[in-house]
Amino acid sequence: MSITPKDVEHVARLARLELSDSEKDQFTEQLNAILKYAEKLNGLDTENVEPTSHVLPITNVMRADENRPSLPIEKVLLNAPDEEDGQFKVPAVLE
Amino acid sequence: MALFDLRLQDVHNKLNNKELSVSELVSASYARIAETEPAIKAFITLNEEQARLQASELDKQLQEGGERGLLFGLPAGVKDNIVTEGLLTTCASQFLSNYDPIYDATVVRKLKAAQSVTIGKLNMDEFAMGGSNENSSFYPTRNPWNTEFVPGGSSGGSAASVAAGQVYFSLGSDTGGSIRQPAAYCGIVGLKPTYGLVSRFGLVAFASSLDQIGPLTKNVEDSAYVLQAIAGYDAGDSTSANVEIPDYTSALTGDVKGLRIGVPKEYLGAGIDPRVKEAVLQALSVYESLGATWEEVSLPHTEYAIATYYLLASSEASSNLARFDGVRYGVRAENPENLIDLYKKSRSEGFGAEVKRRIMLGTYALSSGYYDAYYLKAQKVRTLIKQDFDQVFSQYDLIIGPTAPTPAFRIGEQVGDPLTMYLNDICTIPVSLAGVPAISVPCGMADGLPIGLQIIGKAFDESTVLRAAHAFEQHTEHHKQRPQL
Repeated sequence: MSITPKDVEHVARLARLELSDSEKDQFTEQLNAILKYAEKLNGLDTENVEPTSHVLPITNVMRADENRPSLPIEKVLLNAPDEEDGQFKVPAVLE
Repeated sequence: MALFDLRLQDVHNKLNNKELSVSELVSASYARIAETEPAIKAFITLNEEQARLQASELDKQLQEGGERGLLFGLPAGVKDNIVTEGLLTTCASQFLSNYDPIYDATVVRKLKAAQSVTIGKLNMDEFAMGGSNENSSFYPTRNPWNTEFVPGGSSGGSAASVAAGQVYFSLGSDTGGSIRQPAAYCGIVGLKPTYGLVSRFGLVAFASSLDQIGPLTKNVEDSAYVLQAIAGYDAGDSTSANVEIPDYTSALTGDVKGLRIGVPKEYLGAGIDPRVKEAVLQALSVYESLGATWEEVSLPHTEYAIATYYLLASSEASSNLARFDGVRYGVRAENPENLIDLYKKSRSEGFGAEVKRRIMLGTYALSSGYYDAYYLKAQKVRTLIKQDFDQVFSQYDLIIGPTAPTPAFRIGEQVGDPLTMYLNDICTIPVSLAGVPAISVPCGMADGLPIGLQIIGKAFDESTVLRAAHAFEQHTEHHKQRPQL
């Protein structure tokens, strides 16, 4: 499998990144090298091996469904690049 | 600086006897920073005003007597990916260059409870991605032993600040070796605890199934004290392990008689600097002289670890870093055309090359049509790598080898060659994938640069790891060497 500049553009779109032409070229080359290196995993038979997502035997950590205090709104908005009326402000999403 | 060479117990005795005050400790820290920081660049943000205030409060408490915290009065540095309320936390990224956290990470709360004094926030590779600190978007940290060389990474500032005597101890984070490798390069002690032992709440996530916070110190005993202060279950971290926390310092008996040590042949084979190999073999002979035994063992899937790690860690990173969208925090790009453009521009302007590269790799590995071939495959190989460790640990108490295949390399030497840079982590990454604890302790020098010995233990058996590291330290002088700055 080899990655083309077109693939890189597609992945950048998925990742919400805007790449310059030189970045596109560089990433195409570097990702190909890294993925070629990763192909060595194909040499292992993992047909009957369970995947490990996590080393601890923990699943579905639950807590009681009880109200807890929320952060005050001014703290939540402290780092907001833009805000209005106690809300995060972004460019219009709908026309 | 000699002040920070004292053992924690000796510092506390001096405080008790009024030979020393917390204000003097904190002043010594900032004086040393003023003296050495132009050459080292270990810090991103200093906390001087707050720290001096806190010091005078602690001195008042000292006068009044009464119970004191485990790390009372000790000047501490905190890696800049661990959030600190009211103290900038940048992850060494332009994206977060103005980020003012509204809460403390659990480990920071625990440090406050233990009454250490936070001196400042430490430089790192951006978002902890890198092994040299060259990926800091502000400036690279330099190795105190030779400022032409890297301090390692990603906790390079954490290691360099302790080695340079700027702080008494520091906290770092380790995803694939980011505490142990810089500790080795800077000639200090760095401990990566078992995954889940220390809460990740408030650690800016890189790869959630691997990230772990741990201490960097000048000796093993101090490492045990700091671990004691920060370990423990936390409901704020859903992967926190609910295990009993032993008394780590009481494990430091100096006795390693009868310990069975496995030495993986893969960690001493091709690609390992002969000087590193020699230092490790000498360390093993110290253990033999103390009554432990060692044998060569095999971790047969070691050669697959780096590929596995970069697929898994980058995939997790691509997901974790999706939160940096320029809406709730961080630096927003100016004049976006629409919302999607705002995301794209903010991220593209805010992230450096290595971060973008890993987001790209991870996004690709998780994308439709490639998930099975890359991400799932890597998760399966991770199982095999973990089984390697399980098998050896069924017959041995510890695994010992080098922390890194070489001493520190020159700044600029490996930039632009991500694969070579990744190979520096060959001895630390498998340990991270298995989730087990490991410590790096100084075990020699090569051309004026330190070499690290890695001692790896069973899950949640930090006590044996610390005991073995401490016994080695008691019978060698490597940890007493200091860089001339």
